[in-house]
Amino acid sequence: MEEQDKILHEVTSQEYKFGFVSDFESESIPKGLNEDVIRVISAKKNEPEFMLQFRLDAYRKWLEMPMPDWAYLKIPPIDFQDIIYYSAPKTKPQYESLDEVDPDLIETFNKLGIPLEEQKVLAGVAVDAVIDSVSVKTTFKETLAEKGIIFCSFSEAVQEHPDLIKKYLGMAVPTSDNFFAALNSAVFSDGSFCYIPKGVRCPMELSTYFRINAAGTGQFERTLIVAEDESYVSYLEGCTAPMRDENQLHAAVVEIIALDRAEVKYSTVQNWYPGNKEGKGGVYNFVTKRGICRGVSSKISWTQVETGSAITWKYPSCILMGDNSVGEFNSVAVTNNHQQADTGTKMVHIGKNTKSTIISKGISAGVSNNAYRGLVKVLPGAVNSRNFSQCDSLLLGSTCGAHTFPYIEVGNKSSVVEHEATTSKIGEDQIFYCNQRGISTEDAIGMIVNGYAKEVLNKLPMEFAVEAQKLLAISLEGSVG
Amino acid sequence: MLTIKNLRVAIEGKEILKGINLEIKAGEVHAIMGPNGSGKSTLGNVLAGKEEYEILDGEVIYEGQDLLDLSAEDRARMGVFLGFQYPVEIPGVPMVNFIKTSVNEMRKFKGLEPLTAGEFLKLMREKKELVHLDSQLTNRSVNEGFSGGEKKKNEIFQMAMLEPKLAILDETDSGLDIDALRIVSDGVNALKHPERSTIVITHYQRLLDYIVPDFVHVLYQGQIVKSAGKELALELEEKGYDWLKNHSL
Repeated sequence: MEEQDKILHEVTSQEYKFGFVSDFESESIPKGLNEDVIRVISAKKNEPEFMLQFRLDAYRKWLEMPMPDWAYLKIPPIDFQDIIYYSAPKTKPQYESLDEVDPDLIETFNKLGIPLEEQKVLAGVAVDAVIDSVSVKTTFKETLAEKGIIFCSFSEAVQEHPDLIKKYLGMAVPTSDNFFAALNSAVFSDGSFCYIPKGVRCPMELSTYFRINAAGTGQFERTLIVAEDESYVSYLEGCTAPMRDENQLHAAVVEIIALDRAEVKYSTVQNWYPGNKEGKGGVYNFVTKRGICRGVSSKISWTQVETGSAITWKYPSCILMGDNSVGEFNSVAVTNNHQQADTGTKMVHIGKNTKSTIISKGISAGVSNNAYRGLVKVLPGAVNSRNFSQCDSLLLGSTCGAHTFPYIEVGNKSSVVEHEATTSKIGEDQIFYCNQRGISTEDAIGMIVNGYAKEVLNKLPMEFAVEAQKLLAISLEGSVG
Repeated sequence: MLTIKNLRVAIEGKEILKGINLEIKAGEVHAIMGPNGSGKSTLGNVLAGKEEYEILDGEVIYEGQDLLDLSAEDRARMGVFLGFQYPVEIPGVPMVNFIKTSVNEMRKFKGLEPLTAGEFLKLMREKKELVHLDSQLTNRSVNEGFSGGEKKKNEIFQMAMLEPKLAILDETDSGLDIDALRIVSDGVNALKHPERSTIVITHYQRLLDYIVPDFVHVLYQGQIVKSAGKELALELEEKGYDWLKNHSL
């Protein structure tokens, strides 16, 4: 037993493998937040008046909100006046080919193992790469444009499709929704916009790679996805961040609107810097992700693999408004060393015959804490609705914690809600069985963890699933022997 | 191949093996019998390198090396195989992936290239036939939802895939009906090889009708109290362990 703990300790006390800082010039405005800063951001981005009003409205609401303290997290005090709210790569390139892109940037992507050119040629994935806050590169735009699909940076969408932005921005996540969503609404600098017209099936997976870079810069991304009637899109978001000492705040908002019979799949692999072994540094990740199934028989599914960040506060949710609409949440959350995660989902059943499924797999190691928090709410009018939830926790070693906070509210008698939960520990018998077949303890843990999470990993698009498997192993493996 | 000298082992401060001496040559089949709690499984686990035991004294030389100095995985890579009494389940890990990883780890240790997908599948098909393993089983998670008999067959299947030099079969007969017993035994016999030694740990003489040992050892209260040829098993079956308890006094 002692030996087992020792190995687990070694295996789980491994350093972050993607820590580096790239060195290209940033253009920042001074620290701090007030209405003037918001006006500057809006002016720098040459925004129409409605955007400025949206931001100011959010800011004024934010001023009156307390920071939420209900999560199972120890959050150090955050000085919101000590944050730079806008920074952008100095030149905003509009390149035709990759040769024209800052070589440092290409190098950064190469270190991350996501060379743009290879993806462009091999994978057929359109990539909207966000470095700091301004979109630098968008590929495959023409192919998408032929189908009438809009996939561009948020700033660009504000300039070129203001009507769509005006109509849908804040529909799923209103400015007053919560503290961090309000902050994001006030100061977000960029992000992605995706619009799939009626009847169109997006022919490729859309992906965005986020990266945090400039020192002391808060990162506030905004993503808006609108799927018109009978349309389909699969959207991938993946991220890693360079290592640094001070904590970095990240408060993103993702909104999805699905209209009649539309389907949106949103997949995330999140691997931001989790802090070092002693719990110093790391990203604070306070994210609001919500989709509305507005249309009948529409479907939104969230799939996430969360391995990074020092603090994760994140509940991708579905509002099932349309009759027969479907919501899914599939999650693997790994916490190691001093990481803390409080993550889960909300499924709000409003329409008739709505269905939701929640699969949550938590993996805790080191001295970390991993909490699942989920709300299943069935309104009186949501007759014949169904939910199935499964929340599993896997513990590595005896110094970490796993917690489950399910909330269930059912407002009618014809609906059925099921909740299953398990907690297990990687058994020394399982590891010995693998050892006896010539498999090292490190590989055995990787294998067992991937087996445990398979149900969720299988929901990821192929190229992401491979990356995620490696990531799970990397997050827990390391320095044995 | 294997020499055990005065091996004394404790678990949680309690001495289980109290001075075991055993010499096994290449190609030999040794049966270790004894009542419950005599230390049979402990011996198997210690040879395979399970961590929870404390070695108090003695040594184990395997192929000229100090076996007790090696990690469990290195012992396995050097050809020590333990057929488990209670094979564990590993949910979500397909048997086929598991055994492929295992086979390739062994090959890597020997400096060989991993098998190609084609070679591996051919090998697997061959060996599955040997133990009449349902071909669907390898697509399921390791031991998950397997019946008792299937788990034991799966152990012998893995042994066939890995071709160990020293196979330790821990109560492979427990939980088997007579047909399964024959299939498992046939598998073990088919794997008999002049370079491969086998230690069969069992309660009952029954298994030894199928797997004929060269030597039978009786383990009682942590010591080998009697060793003889295969006829010892029959004598034990007839007279019971009580006979030996008295005999040893």
